[in-house]
Amino acid sequence: MELLVAIIIGVLVASGIYLCLRARTFPVVMGLTLLSYGVNVFLFSTGGLKINEVAVVGKSADPTDPLPQALVLTAIVIGFAMTAFLVVLALRSQGEQHSDHVDGKQDDGGHQ
Amino acid sequence: MNLAFVVMLPFLGAFLPPLVEKVSANRTLLALGAGLLPATALALLYNPARQVFAGETLRTTLDWVPSLDLSLAFRLDGLALLFAILVLGIGLLIILYARYYLSAKEKAGRFYAYLLLFMGAMLGVVTSDNLLLLVVFWELTSLSSFLLIGFWSHQTGARKGARMAMTVTGMGGLALLAGVLLIGDVVGSFSLQTVLENGDLIRASQWYPLILCLVLLGVFTKSAQFPFHFWLPHAMAAPTPVSAYLHSATMVKAGVFLLARLYPALAGTDLWFELVSLAGMLTLLWGAFVALFQHDLKGLLAYSTISHLGLITLLFGLNSEMAAVAAVFHIINHATFKASLFMAAGIIDHETGTRDMRRINGLWKYMPYTAVLAMVASAAMAGVPLLNGFLSKEMFFAETLGSHQLGALSWILPVGATLGGVFSVAYSARFIHDVFFNGEPVNLPKYPPHEPPRYMKVPVEILVALCVAVGVFPAITVAGLLAVAATATLGGNLPDYHLSIWHGFNLPLLMSFVATAGGVLVYTQRRRLFAWWARLPEIDAKLVFEGRVQALGRAMAAITERFQNGSLQSYVAWLVTLVAVVMLTQLGRLPLPSLQQALDGDMLPMDGVAIFCTAMLVAGALLTTFLHRHRMTSIMSLSVVGLMVSLLSVRFSAPDLALTQLSVEVVTMLLLMLAMYFLPVRTRAESSSIRVVRDVAVALICGVGVGGLAFLVMTGDGASISPFFLENSKPGGGGTNVVNVILVDFRGFDTFGEITVLGIAAMGIYALIRDLHLASAKYDSLGRPWSRDAHPLILVTISRPLLPLALLIAVYIFLRGHNLPGGGFVAGLITSVALVLQYVASGVGWVHSRMPGDYHPVVALGVLLAGLTGVGSWVFGYPFLTSSFTYLYWPVVGKFEVATAMLFDTGVFLTVVGATLLILANLGKLSLLDDKKEGA
Repeated sequence: MELLVAIIIGVLVASGIYLCLRARTFPVVMGLTLLSYGVNVFLFSTGGLKINEVAVVGKSADPTDPLPQALVLTAIVIGFAMTAFLVVLALRSQGEQHSDHVDGKQDDGGHQ
Repeated sequence: MNLAFVVMLPFLGAFLPPLVEKVSANRTLLALGAGLLPATALALLYNPARQVFAGETLRTTLDWVPSLDLSLAFRLDGLALLFAILVLGIGLLIILYARYYLSAKEKAGRFYAYLLLFMGAMLGVVTSDNLLLLVVFWELTSLSSFLLIGFWSHQTGARKGARMAMTVTGMGGLALLAGVLLIGDVVGSFSLQTVLENGDLIRASQWYPLILCLVLLGVFTKSAQFPFHFWLPHAMAAPTPVSAYLHSATMVKAGVFLLARLYPALAGTDLWFELVSLAGMLTLLWGAFVALFQHDLKGLLAYSTISHLGLITLLFGLNSEMAAVAAVFHIINHATFKASLFMAAGIIDHETGTRDMRRINGLWKYMPYTAVLAMVASAAMAGVPLLNGFLSKEMFFAETLGSHQLGALSWILPVGATLGGVFSVAYSARFIHDVFFNGEPVNLPKYPPHEPPRYMKVPVEILVALCVAVGVFPAITVAGLLAVAATATLGGNLPDYHLSIWHGFNLPLLMSFVATAGGVLVYTQRRRLFAWWARLPEIDAKLVFEGRVQALGRAMAAITERFQNGSLQSYVAWLVTLVAVVMLTQLGRLPLPSLQQALDGDMLPMDGVAIFCTAMLVAGALLTTFLHRHRMTSIMSLSVVGLMVSLLSVRFSAPDLALTQLSVEVVTMLLLMLAMYFLPVRTRAESSSIRVVRDVAVALICGVGVGGLAFLVMTGDGASISPFFLENSKPGGGGTNVVNVILVDFRGFDTFGEITVLGIAAMGIYALIRDLHLASAKYDSLGRPWSRDAHPLILVTISRPLLPLALLIAVYIFLRGHNLPGGGFVAGLITSVALVLQYVASGVGWVHSRMPGDYHPVVALGVLLAGLTGVGSWVFGYPFLTSSFTYLYWPVVGKFEVATAMLFDTGVFLTVVGATLLILANLGKLSLLDDKKEGA
């Protein structure tokens, strides 16, 4: 099972980074979302994997590690805020420079 | 008398001239204002000076940065006193001289301010009792001399000369700092007293060669020693009072001052002899030789200064106590005759309008008085008997004869010294004969020249009088000062010597005779020599220097541009690659099991569902990536990924995460759809195939690396601090849901920070969206128009009854959060989703007519509430965010827990709702604007 989670993390990170390296804003936003999934799962996995051992007092004899969960929970919400910020930055860049290139390069030739 | 105060006086005085200039344009008043505080400082030194003459060393210390051993420590011993008198005394004469030199048009106030700044820095250098403080003042002299040399900033020569002086001396200052730091490391203190007392420790240290080289770099750059002498002639672009000050008594003397100051700590080794005397000898000869060929009056004096500094350096390098005495003596003598010569040159420049000795001839007829003064001073420079230069030169010759450190080659020193003397006499003769005799002036810009204003000559008169007085009556004029200064230099042991003008017929006198006769002979052959010199290829140090500096700048710019090319895309690539490299190279240092151990260890068994879900997730991620230009498909696959991640949380005992992920998923998808609406319909294929291959490689390396790291971490022993939270959750935080208790109680401060970030991000987004106008595409990439049915009836019908239900669930999730999966974050997200659904189904207008549409107060209220909950603990005398709880019995519901943490969680709830709606509602409104524009 650990191997599966490791594969998941690897795939999420690899595809996230590939998309982040693209030149247009939309794939970069997508890539960042994937990357934050990957990072969240990675952080979550550092506590070790346990099945049916919820970290609620009295519900489990050997509860899972609650600390990474608490960290990841806020990370998810902040990740959303950052994605939103990036989206709006992309829109602003589009509005100001009329280009969705991350470096603000103008499109040559035909229009959209 | 507090020494620190005396040192500060010139700095304070720097404020006066600009103030006086505002009140009055009277130049005399201005000069008086400038001279007031240095004169006070000089007067205040009278009593301390008597103590110093009585053999005391005055010291005063104010702590500055004690942890760095940096203190405002000043000392006044003989050496410091000598230099303080030179700096302040000649400084005052310069101020008087500048009163007449500067024209009425020039900004004299600023000039005096710079001069006083420099004077203060110089005074600080010579009186520092802490090496770090000395370096600070040292750099201050470099900075203020930059301002002085570049005072005529409209001239390109002044700007370049100033820049060169600052670059060279500033670099030397950095080397000096490094040397001083090493000294402090060896001795264990930066206190000058301690350093001087521990000379043996330094000389025995393995760092001694490095220390010596670094300190000498500072000295040689400052004192214009070969091969760093080239900046000094170019500093002649300064106004003449500045040259007279910087190149006689101060700036360049700072270098030889440091040689004298650190003499007990650094001198006495073979390395010292080799480095210092070699540099001194080369400088002495080269400066004297080149001085002869200068047609510019100040150029001649500049190279002569280089040569005399070489002489002083050579004396210090000889490792003999008597030579050090001679060096200190020559410092005094050179300061007096060279300052007067520069001033005389300035007078001639002032009265004739040129400094070219090929044009200035026969001035004897026009300004006999000035001529006498200048001739006496240059005779002192040449070392003519009955003048001060003669005395120290004789001592110098005697010392070169007495040095046997070169063994069989010891004759080189006296021969070199005599040769230097020959050229010194020759250029002095040229200064006298070319300028005041040698026929008639040629085509002077100002004709006929006449004597300068009366008081402009006073500083020259005083200095020339000193040259004569010291030359004739050394024992009653200078002997006392020289003795205390030399004692301080040597650290206590003064050799037996006698200052007198006649030592009988001896070898040094013969050398002087040879030098004088040879010098006159060389001068008579000058036309042939000049012709030979003129045929030599000309090397302008300024051009070479500027060229090198600019080449360096270009090289650095090229390197910078290679990385900082303005492309965010390549920055990200560099960043990721760098992180990957660090990760791969440092992985072995982490306390992780090896891959083999990890594979052999215990693992949870796989099952079909898990494999299926993993396959779904991987497929979703890959689809998102490969189809990123088909945006709708890409977003759909992304949502599959998000869903699978939530399921993963469910599977591995993290219901809180699953709830959060699921609700964030909904708002994220809405966000991406909105973004898609405004961004260009088609994502252009941008990347070259090389770039794709490179990016795939980087991505794969990172993916494999992070995945592998995660695998090793998961199978590691996993020692954790979490048992503490599990044990104390109920007794300490009053809740059984440990994740929530960590969020609102144990790590409440983190959470507080995080909701603040959330609030800031929301506000930033709000600010970015304001005044943003975007045109959305009317058709999708396949040419289909957007649906006309903006608010489908079915969606509207279903969404409205869902709202109260969703809100009820949110309240439930919120209340149970402390004990069961849920809490402020999840409840906030559920509420947001319920409200956003209304926006989507019924439109912004519909929602805003029923509830307020401003969400920033909600965000602020949330952060404020969470903060106030924390502050509340202070009222009861507990640390920030200490939580307290109790149990209440509610009718019907029964036993119910109330904790202050719930108040905090309410703050979290409000921030999440506010931020999410602020983001989505404002983005949504953009489309509304767009529609309106369309309608209008």
